[in-house]
Amino acid sequence: MNIVSKKITSIAFQLSAVLLLALSQSAQAASAKEGEAAFMKNGCWQCHGTQGQGSIAGLKLAPNPKPLAYLNAFIRNTVGPMPPYSEKILSNEDLANIHAYLESIPASPDPKTLPLLQVK
Amino acid sequence: MLAQAQNPVIVVDRSARTPKGVGLLIELAELLQARVVDQGNRMNFPRTHYLNSPASVVSGADVILGLELSDFWATVNQYTDNGLHEGTGTQVSKVKPGTKLISINAAELITKANYQDFQRYQEIDVSMPADAEATMPALIEALRSAIPNDKKDLIAKRGENAKKAYAEEWAKTQAQAAVAWNASPISTARLSMEIYHAVKHLDWSLVASEGNVSNWPNRLWPFEKHYQWLGRSGGYGVGYGAPASVGAALANRDLGRFSVSIQSDGDLMFAPGVLWTAAHHKIPLLSVMHNNRGYHQEVMHLQRLANFRNRKVNNGNDMGPIGTSIQNPDIEYHKLAESMGWWAKGPIKRPEDLGPALKEAVEVVKSGHPALLNVWTQPR
Repeated sequence: MNIVSKKITSIAFQLSAVLLLALSQSAQAASAKEGEAAFMKNGCWQCHGTQGQGSIAGLKLAPNPKPLAYLNAFIRNTVGPMPPYSEKILSNEDLANIHAYLESIPASPDPKTLPLLQVK
Repeated sequence: MLAQAQNPVIVVDRSARTPKGVGLLIELAELLQARVVDQGNRMNFPRTHYLNSPASVVSGADVILGLELSDFWATVNQYTDNGLHEGTGTQVSKVKPGTKLISINAAELITKANYQDFQRYQEIDVSMPADAEATMPALIEALRSAIPNDKKDLIAKRGENAKKAYAEEWAKTQAQAAVAWNASPISTARLSMEIYHAVKHLDWSLVASEGNVSNWPNRLWPFEKHYQWLGRSGGYGVGYGAPASVGAALANRDLGRFSVSIQSDGDLMFAPGVLWTAAHHKIPLLSVMHNNRGYHQEVMHLQRLANFRNRKVNNGNDMGPIGTSIQNPDIEYHKLAESMGWWAKGPIKRPEDLGPALKEAVEVVKSGHPALLNVWTQPR
């Protein structure tokens, strides 16, 4: 685990108790449909792909996204290539909806079942 | 230094100038059982060889041999533009302290102007201003006599470890490619592999892949011959792909090779007149567009500045910050190509439509004409 990941993990634990109440309220009402719209509107897809698949420019987010508390801690505090997003720029509600969208993305196919990926 | 190393790594960028250069690099790598990172500005090393490795392997090296690297600094350092340190960002070494660096690079012999870009300065332990390919036979010969007998078991063990790591890396890459496999717009991994399977039975040559498709062809296509990947512009410019593809296709035509390019939308906008040139001179080229409807390189710079000022970046009615989108109106590249005498089809948005369209386009190119498919893709 690198320094940035350790810092993010530490922040996630420290803030999780405080955030849980606020985030759980947002999470309960979270909508995958609105999350998809927020994911597109806020430009998340430009580096992470429209299904959160990740790319050379952004980490894979889905399927199986990290917990909402982790996502929140990361987005508010990151010092990596992606800039931090304040609540003014990306609200807790939008973030919870985005998380719901990422959770709704189905599992990827097994690469062994994809003939186009059988090269060698 | 190389003969005594515990874990040497070879990094190459513009090393192989001729078909012989690929063979020499294989000989050198196998002699040391050293893992090889091909940065890809030329086809230097077969992607199917078990010593072919991802860039991350430099972190475990005790000696790194850099052959014709365009940017040694970025090979062993990472820069993050995060605004920290009074706006200069964060710089982190990717290698262990004490890692020895060796460079063989002809670029040091071609200083030509008062102003020339050498990238950031990297201190090197052994710097040899020389042509890497021309130096290789002497280096191999010297290493054969310098490797002590008591190191041979260690070297063989390195090879066994590399085979295991290569198999693991391949499985990991396949799994990554499968994510969003059925997405629309089409994923760049799917785009790359649909193209590969459409041309794999031919004597193919990937003449350009501009616009950032997450490096999928380099990760998934079995480049083995020197002409199967013709490299990149050598810089970070946009506008190289279209004219370079037509030039390479002209050369390949007379050699009986099938030319294919992954052509990004932004790149084609710089010199679309090259389409007419290809049609006029009947240059067979399959141009498959990575049409992500944007110049994505600048997106995060604009986002960073907006976030720094705690305001929303201006997305307007477009899908990206101002100056980064190519939409409203969407450009119908297939019509642009048709207007200049190409066979063309598009826009192709569903992954299941891509294979059949490629089949048609391949037949057109085989008959001696250029063909373009306008494919809507994921951004990267």
